[in-house]
Amino acid sequence: MGTFHSHKGELHGITVVVDLIDDRVYVGRCDTVLPEGVVLLDADVHDASESKYDGTKMSKEDYLANAVKFGVWPRIERIVVPAEDVASVTKLGDHA
Amino acid sequence: MPYDPMLVQPMREDMTSMNAEELLDAAAVDAFMAREGTKLLFVNSVCGCAAGQARPALRIALQHGTTPDHVGTVFAGQDLEATAKARGYFEQVPPSSPSAALFKGGDLVHFVPRHMIESRDANTIAFDLVSAFDEHCA
Repeated sequence: MGTFHSHKGELHGITVVVDLIDDRVYVGRCDTVLPEGVVLLDADVHDASESKYDGTKMSKEDYLANAVKFGVWPRIERIVVPAEDVASVTKLGDHA
Repeated sequence: MPYDPMLVQPMREDMTSMNAEELLDAAAVDAFMAREGTKLLFVNSVCGCAAGQARPALRIALQHGTTPDHVGTVFAGQDLEATAKARGYFEQVPPSSPSAALFKGGDLVHFVPRHMIESRDANTIAFDLVSAFDEHCA
């Protein structure tokens, strides 16, 4: 038993990986998928081209490996990831 | 904003019917965590997408021969103080609900985050829990 919002699509409420066509990848709870983009709640974004504080970079794959293990810190309350930037949308749990 | 208490009552009873102790405030969480032995802390949720499978999974897992010494639950979005206090005991992992944290003494030894519950069936989630029980509670 619980609350359901089936009209929002099959990915509603699911933690998804939104891989972009560039070096960025978002992980967050999918609210809905619209023609204009993917609406994410409590999301995080990783840019594989950006250096960390120690000068190293983290690949998308390594970032997702951490995300699978622990989840992500919700740094972005809500965002619409533009559809034209999206390469794929997958369930985070499927990356385990 | 918390849901109507009438709405969530069946979800609370789902937990207490499997002998999980409801931890309704910070003091109850601290008292629970101070106990000796292994402890499972389940973060309950109204979300049907995930919690709808998480509670049945826990019920299945608790029928296994090896289980934690103590099972407690807080309700995210409902019992705010208790949930915040509970999350303080596993602050190294991002918050999610539903989720389950297994402790041995005061150490977090296994964590099942929400994304490992979503879209999985109860038996698969239960297998994850049972594997952790066998490893840490035997």
